[in-house]
This record gives sequence, structure tokens and C-alpha cells, in this order.
Amino acid sequence: MNRFAALLDRLAYEPGRTAKLRQMTDYFRTTPDPERGFALAALTGALSFQHAKPGLIRTLIAERTDPVLFEMSYDYVGDLSETVALMWPASASPRVRPPSPGGGGSGVREADDRGGVKPHAPERPFTPPHSPSATDPPPPGKGEEEAASPLIGHNSAHLTPTLADVITTLQTLGKAELPRTLAHWLDGLDETGRWALLKLVTGGLRIGVSARLAKTAVAALGDKEPDEIEILWPGLSPPYESLFAWLEGRADKPAAEDPASFRPPMLSHAIGADDFKALDPADFIAEWKWDGIRVQAAAGVCPDGRRVARLYSRTGEDISASFPDLIEVLSFDGAVDGELLIVRDGRVQSFNVLQQRLNRKAVTAKLITEFPAHLRAYDLLVEGDEDLRDRPLSERRARLAAMVQTLGEPRIDLSAEIPFADWDALAHARANPSDVGAGPDAEAIEGVMLKRRDAPYLPGRPKGLWWKWKRDPFIVDAVLMYAQRGHGKRSSYYSDYTFGLWRAGEAGDELVPVGKAYFGFTDEELLKIDRFVRQNTVNRFGPVREVTHDAETGLVFEVAFEGLQRSTRHRSGIAMRFPRVSRLRFDKPPGEADRLDTLMTMLDAAEQTPSSGGRVLDASARTGKRKGG
Amino acid sequence: MRPESLLVPTPAGLCCPEGGFHIDPLRPVARAVITHAHSDHARAGHGAVLATDETLDLMRLRYGDHFAGTTQAVRYGERLAIDGTTVSFHPAGHVLGSAQIRVERDGLVIVASGDYKDVPDPTCAPFELVPCDVFISEATFGLPVFRHGDIATEIGKLTRSLALFPDRAHLVGAYSLGKAQRLIALLRAARYDRPVFLHGAMEAITGYYAARLELGDLRAVRDGTKGEFAGAVVLCPPSALGDRWTRRFPDPIACFASGWMRIRARARQRGVELPLVVSDHCDWDGLTRVIPATGAREIWLTHGAEEALVHWCSTRGLRAKPLHLVGYGDEEEVEVLESATAGPDQDIATGEPA
Repeated sequence: MNRFAALLDRLAYEPGRTAKLRQMTDYFRTTPDPERGFALAALTGALSFQHAKPGLIRTLIAERTDPVLFEMSYDYVGDLSETVALMWPASASPRVRPPSPGGGGSGVREADDRGGVKPHAPERPFTPPHSPSATDPPPPGKGEEEAASPLIGHNSAHLTPTLADVITTLQTLGKAELPRTLAHWLDGLDETGRWALLKLVTGGLRIGVSARLAKTAVAALGDKEPDEIEILWPGLSPPYESLFAWLEGRADKPAAEDPASFRPPMLSHAIGADDFKALDPADFIAEWKWDGIRVQAAAGVCPDGRRVARLYSRTGEDISASFPDLIEVLSFDGAVDGELLIVRDGRVQSFNVLQQRLNRKAVTAKLITEFPAHLRAYDLLVEGDEDLRDRPLSERRARLAAMVQTLGEPRIDLSAEIPFADWDALAHARANPSDVGAGPDAEAIEGVMLKRRDAPYLPGRPKGLWWKWKRDPFIVDAVLMYAQRGHGKRSSYYSDYTFGLWRAGEAGDELVPVGKAYFGFTDEELLKIDRFVRQNTVNRFGPVREVTHDAETGLVFEVAFEGLQRSTRHRSGIAMRFPRVSRLRFDKPPGEADRLDTLMTMLDAAEQTPSSGGRVLDASARTGKRKGG
Repeated sequence: MRPESLLVPTPAGLCCPEGGFHIDPLRPVARAVITHAHSDHARAGHGAVLATDETLDLMRLRYGDHFAGTTQAVRYGERLAIDGTTVSFHPAGHVLGSAQIRVERDGLVIVASGDYKDVPDPTCAPFELVPCDVFISEATFGLPVFRHGDIATEIGKLTRSLALFPDRAHLVGAYSLGKAQRLIALLRAARYDRPVFLHGAMEAITGYYAARLELGDLRAVRDGTKGEFAGAVVLCPPSALGDRWTRRFPDPIACFASGWMRIRARARQRGVELPLVVSDHCDWDGLTRVIPATGAREIWLTHGAEEALVHWCSTRGLRAKPLHLVGYGDEEEVEVLESATAGPDQDIATGEPA
């Protein structure tokens, strides 16, 4: 467990993808079965057990520490798991100090004559902690291969639990036994170990690693492609010993028996103005690009006759549990690439509405009724036993259309083709989706997709086959107010920017922050902004610099964004979707930047339009404020 | 005699009216008794300075030869009579030359510990427990969440990262006096024998340590090339992390050795990628181990989270009160503040809030 904890600890601080991969691969290479398999399960979110509630953790710490000191500490740290991990009394298992590396008389000397300094005088708990007695069940686990705590003068062993112990125990443990078991584990771990354990049992393992990334790290053990792992994945279960055996060349490839495995999706490139010249409209079909979540729906029958259906995100995370309403209508055999949308009364809702369904822990009947999930099918990868991915798109679409029709399921429909004769016609359709049949769904359209009729379905982002042509973003001229240093490679650059717009204040016009952006600029532009920030700093707050921003001096950014919504969390009252710096306007005095009213007017207009969810995406606002044509 | 009359907090620092001296004065005074050479404790411009030999040397390195009117060196344990008081210096285990000051008058003993730690440090004399009636303790890490843990584990994090990323420079932010040299000594003890590169601000002090302690192959960053920095340890003041100075290194990893690194939000706020919990101060366990062991009936607390320790003392039946001395702090914070005065475009790492 301590090693897994150390890995989580490093991953939590590591911003770079390559470095994360290297750390995970190193861990998988150097950690034995079944420990590494359970780690893989934890990292890929493949575990299910009843999570511990924060209240339980609070009770445990309250039994062991002074409440005043706990409150002061919690207030300082701000995170319950972390506070408890750090405060947890180490009394039960003293960790001895290593001998002094320098040699010769280092260490505490003197004063035992006063009965005082002993190594690790334990903190006396205010309430006696639970002490294992003869009637207790034996401690779970056999101790860890790597770092069992040295036991000095204690009869009751507090061994470091392994991750395997923890997970297998949690999966079967009764609710009543959880507190004592958890306390016992915490006694056997160090600060980082306790932190990781608490994050794991409370279900808050957020360390910026996707399932796909973890699988990529595992694949690297055997120089395999992550896609190969994906195909095997649904047929495997923790601790994945057959997978590791194959990757290390000790066994044959595990059989992929699962009929609903994930196939890596095909992705598109953004199209540029120059790209059109080389393309013939007749070679392509066009579809709407829907503003939902790209998913893969896979379903089929196992050899044992059991039916399985799963919904995967584009990175291969199994999101079935969040969409039981959709899972139950996946009655086909095969794999469909599509978009997950919320459709109410036959009308596709905006991404904002979809988000309200996503960020919920429990999927209640009410949630399902209010936010009915819908699958808009783009492509058919597998039908029955037949893998269609080598076939041209035109053939796959024809089979998809037939399949969708046979299903006759209102929650699954075919993504419509957009008729167009030439690129100008498509440009018009893209700017005005409702003119060409998108009807009331126009607000949920992000742009158009172009796909070559003869293209096979290739995983990854092959060049020249699929293109996305997004609708132009909204733009606004805003003033840079604060800059913060970035992370990782950008840690010496001020690369995260807070920008504001003008509004009338008590003492004349004032800037109010409306958003933050940390990309959209080139490396060269970053250098320019960084220099500007350093030379025009008026205030420093920790890692943040306030930059001069009055009507005459300051830096204007052209900020591009995808939408607006009202927000009570922001001082300006609005939140921007996907803001980024699209252009530097060193030429423009800040006094000429836009006003908050401009955005408010856009929002007001959008709210006149039904079904927009309050988001600015309607055609009138677009034409008024969209960049370019 | 009441302890409050023997040592009195004043705006210039802790004053002993009887002996006519101040301990670690914040402003220039006639006679200064200095616990250790960190700049929040050892300032230039006093009339006479009494300190250990090492502290005087380190002050000279920092401030130049004329940092005080006169200086007097004192050995650990040596008893000096100063105008009716008896003053002696005892190892504080904080940095090279650091001392606790024991002041006695008419059988009343007060120990001003300065900054201290009671765990092994190969670069300085070990902490000595000095029995006393009143113990003046720092409270830098005076919350139970500060537990510095096992130092070997922290050094192991660094050496493992060096092995895993042999192409990346490991920039380790560390306070220039004490922390940097302790890290080098710990790395050497862990059999890391490759060259360690030093930021310019660390060269002189590290040279002073290296004359007394084997620190292996040390090199200046300005003499190194980009290729040599791959997979190397580069020590720099915390304020240099995230500075444009770092752009000369190949794909650097920002490491930071400090007791503050125990708190994740702090490490993240500073953009640290490899936090190392290494401190020259006592952690909570250390403070609560030493304080009762001194046998003092009264505890005075300075700089840091006094509140929690005052509460803890009260639950142990010890009288405790904060001494509101302004101007001391964590050295890293002070180092950051110092660099803040270096010029408008000088880059500064995050200041730690007081």
C-alpha cells in the first residue's frame, strides 16, 4: 500500500503526460502480482465497493485527537482526508529513526535523567484508541512485502496492509466492521499511505490519470499498443494476472471473450481554410457536430448466454453505471460510435443541460426522467461477429441506418446527413443550421463534420479522412488583470491569465474579471505576454501578479469562447465556456475593450430563445458577435 | 525574580535588562546575543555580538567583515558572566553553529531556544536538552499536521526520481544556509556521488560547510553546460524555482525541500512537482517531545502557530503564552522577502503567508 501511495503521491503532483506514464510503467514493472493488478484497477476506476462517508472519517479522528487541535488543523489544511492522514496518531506502531548518516554523535543526546526525551514519545490520545484484543479477528492482510514497520516493544502487530488486502477486504466488508478495519489499516501506514487509503475508501482518487493513460502505461510493459489492451479489457478482471503474464512474455494473450469491448475511436482534425482547396465535396458526407459526449455503445451475448451492454467514453472509461436508461435499450449486437445527448420532447438540449446529468453521484429516477439520455449514432464498427472497420464509411452507414431502423428505439437515432453541393453551401449550413433541417436542435450544434465516403474506421487521428469544422467562436476584447505562473514546463512563465471587461462602478468605469484563459497563444506570444507581465506588475499575491490595467495602460486580449451562462459564483455574474486567447491586441488601449453589458445583452437575447438553456448559442447572437464569417 | 523581568519582549527583540543585552535583536542594539546565522535572527549593525564561532563566520560571509562593532566567540557550554547574569550557549541542532541561549539569574533559568530540531543532522551538533524554568520555543510547525516523517524516505523520493528521469534536471529549492548543505550530506550518505550543482547564492556558504564536512563533488551552475545538468541535482534558493533562471536546464523538475511541503495545497500553489518534506525545525511531535522534557513550568512561544501549542500545553497542565515578537519567521519566507527587494523585475517565489 505504501508503494501504491507513493505512486499516487507522485502522480498527483506530476503535470506531464509522459512523466506520468513513466512513473506508472515503472511501478507496474517493479511491483509484484497481485498488488500491481489492484493498483491498475484503482487507477482505471474498475473497482466497486461501498465508499466510506466523510462522517466516518471524522468520527475516527475525533476518537483519537483533541477536537480543538483537529479543528485548527482542518482549518489550516482544508482537506479532510489529508488532515486526518497527517494527524493520525502514530502511537501504535513506532517507526524507528534511521541511524545518523553522518555518524558520530548526531541525534538527541542528554536528558533521559529527567525522564524526558525518548524517541517518539507517543501523543497521548484523549480517548483511548481501540486496542486489538484477543477477541478481535486477526488483522486483515499478511503484511507488505516492501515495508513492514519494524516492531519495537509491541505485541500487537500493526502491519502495513497491502493494496490487495485493502481492496479484497473492502469488497466484502460489512458496514459495521468498516470503522475498525479502517482504523487498523491507518495504524499501519505512514502519512502518504494514510492519505492514499482515505482517498481510495472515500472514492476521491483524483490524480489526473485517465483509464486510458493507465492502460497505456501497462501496455508499455510489453511494448504493446494500448488498443490491444482495450480489446482484451472487458474480459479481464482485477488483479489482471493473465494480462501481466502476457505482457511480460510469460503466457499467451488472454482471450477476448467479451462481446462488448471498447474499440479505440476514430478522431478528426480541425479543418483550415486552405484544406478545402485540396478536397472534392463529392468525396465527403457531412453531418452535424453535436455538442454532447462522444461515446461508444457496445452490446452482445457472452458465450454463457448472458447479455452485456456497455457505454464507453472516448477514452474507454466505462460510463454504463451513469446511464442505465440508455443501457437498457442497447438491444443490438455490435458496437456503435455516437454522441450522447439529452433529448427532451424531441429536442436536443444544450451541453449545459447534459452537464447537469453528468455531475451527479446517484442516478435517481427523477434524474433519468428530467434528463433522458439519447444516443445519436454516427458509425457502426461491429455488427454481430462482423468487424466492419475495414469497410468504407458509405457501407458502414448504410448498415447502421438499417440497424437503427430495425431497432425502432426512440432513444437511438441516426445522425442525419447534411445535403450540400459545394463548400459554400456547407458554409451556409454551418452558419445557419436551422435553415437546412436542424430545426429546434440548432442550439446543440457545434459545427459540421466532414467524413470521406471511402474511409475505413481507423483508431486515432488519421490525416485527411475526418474533418471537424466548428462554428466560429464568440469573441470579445478583454483586459488582462492578473497573471499566474503555469505548471511543469511553464513554471517559469506567467501563462494563466485573468481578464476583465468594463462596467460602471461607483467611481466611474471599472474592470470586472470575467474569465481565465491559459492557452490559445503561441510560444512566441507567451514570451511577449510574460515580458509584459513582469514589466507591468503592480501587485503580488503569492504566485499571482496583478498587472497594470487602466484605460490607458494595459494589455488587451481578444478572447474567443464557445458560450455563456449565468453564474452566481463569479463576481461578473457570468461564466464563459472554453475561453482562450485568440489574439494579442498590443495596439488597442484598454479603454477601448468591450463592456460587460455586451455579454449581458447576448445572454438576455439567448434567454428569449426557448430550449437554449440560457446559453448563448442562438443564431442572432452568433451573427452579431461571431468572429469571421 | 520573575521570569518576565529577566527577559522582556521589546520592539527591538527579547531584552535582558539585567545583563544589558538583546537576544536575536531585530534592530541595531549595543549588545546582541545571536542564536544562529539565519537572517531573521542575525542582523548586521549591532555594537557588540556574542555568538558561536560558526555563527560569526557565517554572518561575516553574509554581511562582510564589518557587520558589527566587535564580536566575541563563545563555545557550547561555556559559562559567561554578563552583569549579574550567567549566559551559556547549547547546541540547537538547527544549522551549523546554532545555539539555544541559557540565561540564569538568582537560580532562575530561562532557555531561549531560537530555532531548533531534535532529530539527527550530519551538518551540525545535535540538540541538547537544557533543563530550565522557562522554555522559549519556536512554533513554526506548531500544528499536529506537521510531521516531517522519515528523512530517508524523502531523500529516497529524490534519488528514485533521478533514476527514473535521467534526462531531466532536478532543481531543488532549499534555504541557502543549512538546508542546502544538509541535503547534500544526506544525498552523500545515501551513496549519491554524482556532482551537485549550486546556484550562485549558495556557493560561499556551501564552501564554508565543505571545509568542515565532506560534501563530495560540488560545482557552480554557471560553470556547467546544459548537457551536464541532465539528471543532475541542482540546488537553488526557493525563490529561483520558477524564475527565468530555470530556463537553462533540460526539462527541469521543480523540487522543494521544506517542512511546508507536508501540506499538498502549499506545494501545489508553488508549482512544486516533487515536494520533499525536509525541515530544520521541529515538527509537532518534536515540539511536544521537547517542551515537556525541559521540565520548564512555563512555556513562551514565538513565531508560528502558537495558538495550537498554547492549547496543547494547557491540556498538559503547563503554563504557556505567546510572545508576540514580530519579525521572525520561517527562513524560506525571509529569503523570499529579501529577494523581493532586489529589483522590480526580479522574480520571486511565493511568499509564505505569516
